[in-house]
Amino acid sequence: MNVSAKAEEILESLWIATEEKGEDAAHFERLGIAQEDEGLAELVGLAFVEVNGEWVRLRKEGREEARMTVRRHRLAERLMMDILDIKGVTGDERACEFEHLLHHGVDTKICTLLNHPTTCPHGKPIPPGSCCEQARQEGEVGVVALTELKAGEKGEIAYLAATDASKMKKLMSMGVLPGSDLVVTRTFPSYIFKVGYSEFAVDAELAREIFVRKV
Amino acid sequence: MQSQVQTEKKIILVGNPNVGKSVVFNTMTGSYTTVSNYPGTSVEVSRGQCEISGENYQVLDTPGMYSLLPITEEERVARRILLEESPHVVVHVIDARNLERMLPMTLQLIEAGLPVVLLINIMDEAERVGMHVDIALLQEKLQIPVVGGAMGRAKRGLWELRDAIRDFKVSKATFNYATDLEKDIHGISSLMQGEYTLNRRSLTLMLLQRDEEIAERVKDREGDRYESVEKAVNDTVFDRRVDLHLRISLERKRICKGLLDGVITQKEGNQQTFADRFSNLTMNPWTGVPLLLIVLYLGLYQFVGGFGAGTIVDFLEGTLFEEFLNPWVIGLCETYIPWYWLNELIVGEYGLFTLGVRYAVAIILPIVGTFFIAFAVIEDSGYFPRLAMLVDRLFKKIGLNGRAVIPMVLGFGCDTMATVVTRTLESTRERIIATLLLALAIPCSAQMGVILGLLSGVPGALMVWMASMIGVFLLVGLLAAQVVPGERPMFYMEIPPMRLPQVQNVMIKTLTRMQWYFMEIFPLFMIASVLLWAGKLSGALQWLVGAFNPVMRLLGLPNEASAAFIFGFFRRDFGAAGLYDLQNDGLLDPVQLTVAAVTLTLFVPCVAQFLVMQKERGWKTSLTIFFLVTGLAFAVGWSLNKFLLMTGLLA
Repeated sequence: MNVSAKAEEILESLWIATEEKGEDAAHFERLGIAQEDEGLAELVGLAFVEVNGEWVRLRKEGREEARMTVRRHRLAERLMMDILDIKGVTGDERACEFEHLLHHGVDTKICTLLNHPTTCPHGKPIPPGSCCEQARQEGEVGVVALTELKAGEKGEIAYLAATDASKMKKLMSMGVLPGSDLVVTRTFPSYIFKVGYSEFAVDAELAREIFVRKV
Repeated sequence: MQSQVQTEKKIILVGNPNVGKSVVFNTMTGSYTTVSNYPGTSVEVSRGQCEISGENYQVLDTPGMYSLLPITEEERVARRILLEESPHVVVHVIDARNLERMLPMTLQLIEAGLPVVLLINIMDEAERVGMHVDIALLQEKLQIPVVGGAMGRAKRGLWELRDAIRDFKVSKATFNYATDLEKDIHGISSLMQGEYTLNRRSLTLMLLQRDEEIAERVKDREGDRYESVEKAVNDTVFDRRVDLHLRISLERKRICKGLLDGVITQKEGNQQTFADRFSNLTMNPWTGVPLLLIVLYLGLYQFVGGFGAGTIVDFLEGTLFEEFLNPWVIGLCETYIPWYWLNELIVGEYGLFTLGVRYAVAIILPIVGTFFIAFAVIEDSGYFPRLAMLVDRLFKKIGLNGRAVIPMVLGFGCDTMATVVTRTLESTRERIIATLLLALAIPCSAQMGVILGLLSGVPGALMVWMASMIGVFLLVGLLAAQVVPGERPMFYMEIPPMRLPQVQNVMIKTLTRMQWYFMEIFPLFMIASVLLWAGKLSGALQWLVGAFNPVMRLLGLPNEASAAFIFGFFRRDFGAAGLYDLQNDGLLDPVQLTVAAVTLTLFVPCVAQFLVMQKERGWKTSLTIFFLVTGLAFAVGWSLNKFLLMTGLLA
């Protein structure tokens, strides 16, 4: 079921106010709407929310939709910042536009691409979708950046996400290649990992560009 | 003689850094080696002689390279040697434990049509971790001579290597990539018709990986045909834009896996050695920092400061020169030379002998000599990459990365040499910042020796001096990181295993560096002596010293101190030694002494360092640094004087 973009914004704010801040209802002012708001009328018509004076309350029927709306928004943020590398205010704005496009299984695809992230770039939780539950049940580990590994953890290098071609060439010629197994031996003050009997030190910036399949 | 040198067959050693290449070189050649910059570059290449079954060979040790595709200047030089020196044999030295990782470069060398002998070194350590390498099988599969060795220990494998070089025959082994890749390679290489030292297949691969130097060469040889080659290359690069580099690397890796199948057997036996545990301690900040302090204390303070600047200098300067040589030479001059000016030139206050030779031989040489010993020991133990990793975060804040720790530490020996070494840093931005910090806040060993002696008599002065240096270093670094344009540096480094340094290697390195230092510095001492002598006789020196007096008064220093600052430009330690005389004469109180020492340490680099700065960074940058450093030195000196007087510290 699709609701309009305006209604999605209201649902999102309501979810944050009631589910994450533990409030009972949210005031019009907070939702940035007026009595005659179209999105609000739409939601009332669907019986997703109740209006009591100037206060809006999320009904049980609307909870799932609200949850998924929040999920889409935060997945969009992750996509903007992690993959497309659009950060700051622009990133936030683009994410707001983008989230409304993530219907019909697109969210699932993006969630899988991002390896089922649990938090948005601002640290707020991303409500898990069915794809996350399924991946958990099947015990998939997926591909993570080297920075996500703890000292002593092992992995297989999946790919190198190059921003600087010559650095990547260097890593490759040193033998840091997809398919090689590595063991992280230290994560502070720099990342140290072993490939075979060789040890390498890289800083966090570079470690973020080495992607590893955990084993 | 000349023609004989030219017909001599060449053996070129290549390989990754830290595979014991220079140990192999020293073992093969004995001690008759020369180290010189490769023509047109600053990269050092060692050459030596070696005799096998009555025939003479010239042996070249190249800088470490990871791949035929160069990224750093060292790698470019190493490849240029392969391209230009037409070797009889190329010995590829690899570390047995990292056979799988290093074999792809062997493939590249064979692919290029070079006469390769593979030396699998460090077999002893591989065996200790339970690894067995079937040398005969690998030789059969590769179709080139393969030798197993452990050159560091009892020269194992040396005779086998010499036999392999003597009996070398060119083989025609080829290794095929995936069909689609082979088709593209063939398509391009068949367009080339010029004469090359490397074969076309390998040139094609480098063209595909956008190697500009190779592109220039091919353009040069092909002339009109180059256009079609370039078009074919561009087409392929575009078609394979997604993953060309990776594809080639992975294909090589696949071939190596196949080659090594059955060659390596790994037994369990993977217990942590003492070296591993020690290595961990150096990289953990909690234990690494105290270890660093111990290294600095023993290496710099005790060995260089105590033994070099103390014991040896006392003997050479105090006993040898003061008691024997000086009186003898002065006596000779007074007896046989009637002219005052010539007497002054040789044995006067600033005489060539009494000042120039005495300083160079009796004071500077022992100090830098002991420093270079300590430096070589630390270098060969594999400690520097660990230190680099430890300080990387801090160095990032001052616009450098961990790698810069090597020129910085070298700066404590000789800033001039360290300025040359800043070339190994990757970006211009890092080189400028490192050059500035070396000129400003890193005292060289000669200067530090004198300053430590100077300040140790005054309680607290040494602490103030050290705090000022560290403060200025960090502050200026932080500012420079904001101001100097350029990209943020990235840090990546291979951490070699920790090893016990070899005496022979340490000695050769030290001697080479001391030789360099003496050749570069000794003439400057002579020039400085002559300039000072001319200045004294003509009165120019007194005038310059007088002109400096107001600056001294601003810093709260007596007029006599200006001489020390003027001399400081000729040699940093001349200046410090000048202060030493002032203190002996009782002309400086503790505050003045500290202010003078701090200002002088920060003050302009010596002539040699300035000349090297100019050569490396150009006039604009070097003059900017010069004036910046001078201004900062006096500003810091002025503030420190006010601060010390106000707080009553050291009073």
